[in-house]
Amino acid sequence: MKFSIQVSEGPYNHESSVTAINFVKAAVEAGHDIFRVFFYHDGVNNGTNYATPPQDDMNIQKTWSELAAAHDIDLVVCVAAAQRRGIVDEGEMTRNKKDGMNIMDGFRISGLGQLIEAGIESDRLVVFGD
Amino acid sequence: MSDAKKFMYINRKAPYGTIYAWESLEVVLIGAAFDQEVSLAFVDDGVYQLMKGQDTTEVGIKNFSPTYAALGDYDVNKIYIEKESLEARGLTLDDLQHLVWEDEDEDWAEKDSIRVVTSAELAEIFEQQDITLSF
Repeated sequence: MKFSIQVSEGPYNHESSVTAINFVKAAVEAGHDIFRVFFYHDGVNNGTNYATPPQDDMNIQKTWSELAAAHDIDLVVCVAAAQRRGIVDEGEMTRNKKDGMNIMDGFRISGLGQLIEAGIESDRLVVFGD
Repeated sequence: MSDAKKFMYINRKAPYGTIYAWESLEVVLIGAAFDQEVSLAFVDDGVYQLMKGQDTTEVGIKNFSPTYAALGDYDVNKIYIEKESLEARGLTLDDLQHLVWEDEDEDWAEKDSIRVVTSAELAEIFEQQDITLSF
């Protein structure tokens, strides 16, 4: 089955990011496809590489990045939500004249249409959040 | 469009205090360009999102409520309000914005977009959807 995922909450503050990671791992292990993971609301904070959690804590952003690399998963951060919360890639840095960028490897910033497309193209769209 | 999917956006939270309501509306407006079958449901504190006469001047947060009136122009005209949620908050349909759409097939006759439905009816409507996005 082809799944897409929406993550609506920030990492650490809320368990939904970790639950989504566990869901994605389990789905991949069971032989399902993950068409896309879409990060919305504070969920866009899953895509920063500026986080430095304590070493004995899970690095949620890095875990996503490694999952994406291992299984070729499309991680998309909503541009409108990202602009509000300061998640910046090279294009956004140039366009909005920021001093740097903080997008984690394996993530890309794109529009809300990517969420709708994920719904259209997938057998199931599963939302993780409150 | 025969291969269109049924998208249901469930709005459960008060319009201010958190950003869910506003960012949900942003998804609906973008999603409207995709020619899918779109419905909105307002339940729990989500019914407050459609209240008439919202004024956010004192809280300093953008009042996005006028945007709901544009939904009809985006062919978003299936808006369900849960009856029990309205009643639990002492509200009636008259407290909400009057949302309408124009029916192309009937010489652009203006029709109501809002339908008040019971929790049981809403459950059946949810059952018919392909995608439910919960905000």
